[in-house]
Amino acid sequence: MGRLTIEDLKRIKEDHKAMLTLREGGYRAKVTVHMGTCGIAAGARKVMEALLDEINTNKAADVIVTTSGCAGLCSKEPMATVEIVNEAPVKYVELNEEKIRKIFTEHILNSRIVQDSALVMGSETAY
Amino acid sequence: MEQYRASVMLCGGTGCIAGGSLKLKNALDEELKNRGLDNEINVVLTGCNGFCAEGPVMTVYPEDIFYEKVKVADVPIIVEEHFIKGRPVERLMYKEPVKKQIIPLMKEIPFFSLQVLRALRNKGLVDAEKIEDYIARDGYQAAAKALTEMTPEQVIDEVKRSGLRGRGGAGFPTGLKWELCAKVKGDQKFILCNGDEGDPGAFMDRSIMEADPHVVLEGMIIGAKAIAANKGYIYVRAEYPLAVHRLQLAIDQAKEYGLLGDNILGTGFNLDIEIYLGAGAFVCGEETALMRSIEGKRGMPRPRPPFPAQKGLWDKPSVLNNVETYANIPQIILNGADWYRSLGTEKSTGTKVFALSGAISNIGLIEVPMGIPLRKIIYDIGGGVPNKRKFKAVQLGGPSGGCIPEHLLDTPVTYEDIVQTGAIVGSGGMVVMNDLNCMVSVAKFFLEFTAEESCGKCPPCRIGTTVMLDLLTKITEGKGNEGDIELLGDMSLDIIATSLCGLGQTAPNPVLTTIKYFRDEYESHINEKWCKTGVCKDLCTFYIDEEKCKACGQCKKVCPQSAISGEKKVPHRIDQPLCIQCRSCYEVCKFDSVKIGPLSMRETLRNLPDQEALSNKQVEALAGKEE
Repeated sequence: MGRLTIEDLKRIKEDHKAMLTLREGGYRAKVTVHMGTCGIAAGARKVMEALLDEINTNKAADVIVTTSGCAGLCSKEPMATVEIVNEAPVKYVELNEEKIRKIFTEHILNSRIVQDSALVMGSETAY
Repeated sequence: MEQYRASVMLCGGTGCIAGGSLKLKNALDEELKNRGLDNEINVVLTGCNGFCAEGPVMTVYPEDIFYEKVKVADVPIIVEEHFIKGRPVERLMYKEPVKKQIIPLMKEIPFFSLQVLRALRNKGLVDAEKIEDYIARDGYQAAAKALTEMTPEQVIDEVKRSGLRGRGGAGFPTGLKWELCAKVKGDQKFILCNGDEGDPGAFMDRSIMEADPHVVLEGMIIGAKAIAANKGYIYVRAEYPLAVHRLQLAIDQAKEYGLLGDNILGTGFNLDIEIYLGAGAFVCGEETALMRSIEGKRGMPRPRPPFPAQKGLWDKPSVLNNVETYANIPQIILNGADWYRSLGTEKSTGTKVFALSGAISNIGLIEVPMGIPLRKIIYDIGGGVPNKRKFKAVQLGGPSGGCIPEHLLDTPVTYEDIVQTGAIVGSGGMVVMNDLNCMVSVAKFFLEFTAEESCGKCPPCRIGTTVMLDLLTKITEGKGNEGDIELLGDMSLDIIATSLCGLGQTAPNPVLTTIKYFRDEYESHINEKWCKTGVCKDLCTFYIDEEKCKACGQCKKVCPQSAISGEKKVPHRIDQPLCIQCRSCYEVCKFDSVKIGPLSMRETLRNLPDQEALSNKQVEALAGKEE
């Protein structure tokens, strides 16, 4: 890269927004892919890879992905929980690569919960 | 742009590298590759994170999980449990010292949460060797603003109003220094950075240079604009190879991007910065000595006036500022003077970086608002004195500073309040001392340093520091006399009044403060030939109170001379001719049975009746002392 202009400084900052969101916080949506032994056995890694691919293709800088252990409902794995900031989390069950891509487009990008794959809204702890 | 789902910020400061963090990085990279996670998880080597005593440290984002004392053997477990299964590894988390509770999140660990980061704002968040990381965190925006939207007068005004004072120790108002130089007409001016950091135990500047080298460069660009300089030097001590390497890399990358050199950002402003390696002397951190050193001469100070603002490097108008001072400048330009003043006090605005070390639980680097009480730093952030020992004093300001005792711990840390105690804020070194430290020895230690480092140009310092050191040495060897304390006090005042530079002018401070607050220790060394902490080997006798001794055998185990006798159930006894006064028995005894008496006891103890249990009172009576 050659000599920068002031506009370039701003552009580089924009390009790195994803990295910054990861390190500083400020994300809009958080997806937890459940990867306990049951999840991994059922194929959660493929779900994770598909999800990351969607995020990459769409350059969604404000979406972060984390993992967790077994969520408790082993028969319905692979599972993922989608949390949009300030909204109740939604648990999705019996996922595969297709379904997670649909959830990404419908729920994360367009705020439409995918009813077919959703199990429940909210979480065990009472708010 | 590859999208990662997690970032592992691994500390690559000198402390953690010494602890093995480079090996950790390789192990992490390999393991992630083997598990197919290298496109999902990013491992970044940052600069010093600050929590040096717990290193190697790393923080995993986005969860903000903090791991400490990580070893290469832990890597597979971290990858398997945390990255794949989402179960952070508790064994590697921080445990708070008193109740041993685990605190997983970095932002909840008091050591971190009580800090306010300004100079260290990029700490642990950027790869020090990638200029893009710095730009992503608003890097070079302040330089752009200063070069395109502000006049030199406006820049100076902003810095003056912010109240920023030199962070190298003298605390001279930075804006004023720039203004004085800006007013001088000259065809060539220099902007200089003092990265010599000579204080023993201080590593604030090292951490900034290693972790965030670009902030120093950006600060210098803004300073150069203010005074109209187009050449700069960063004087870095040669003992900081990593800092030199990262600064040079930063300079090269900045030049490539047109952020240094000719026509910066297309504004027509030119600035070239070069690194100059330190000559290896403490005195080279002194302003005029530093400039002589860059000129290739022996680092020795000279009288002022003329001040460097008028005649500095090669007799040209120059401004020299400390690394930490420059680190504060970009934020002041971007956020304004009022923002900077919102922390700190009227006369001491903003934040200060301190290097906390010594007898304290959380050793490392911290940045706190000025005005914070010392007590909060020692106990809330520092975690107090470990191993059940008692706090005795905290040394502020290195060999130029002084010791502050317990009853003054509520003093707010500001330039004006600390100087009232006799100490100085200095460059930020804070060494905590406990009841095992001998304050006379502490004063001697600092004088050993300053006497060695004295350049020799002016007699008050050259002769004065040596004479004071000799006197202190005599006192610690039991040859002190009545009147020595007053002599030390008088000499100190004379040396301060007549020395040519800051080295001599501040060298007596440790002596003056230890005499002021710990005079009883000097008196017991001189009058009773008794070092009560057992540090001065010629002034103490170690003996066991045979009535309290539980015969547990711990002292016998640690004695390097096998000088302790006594089988199980028989009170132990120290053989005085064999004892080398190493103090290991005293430190290990849990029953308070090992006592430290004056020198005179060694004779009386030779005549102890065989293995008869003597009570402490009887032994004292033999030595002629009642306690």
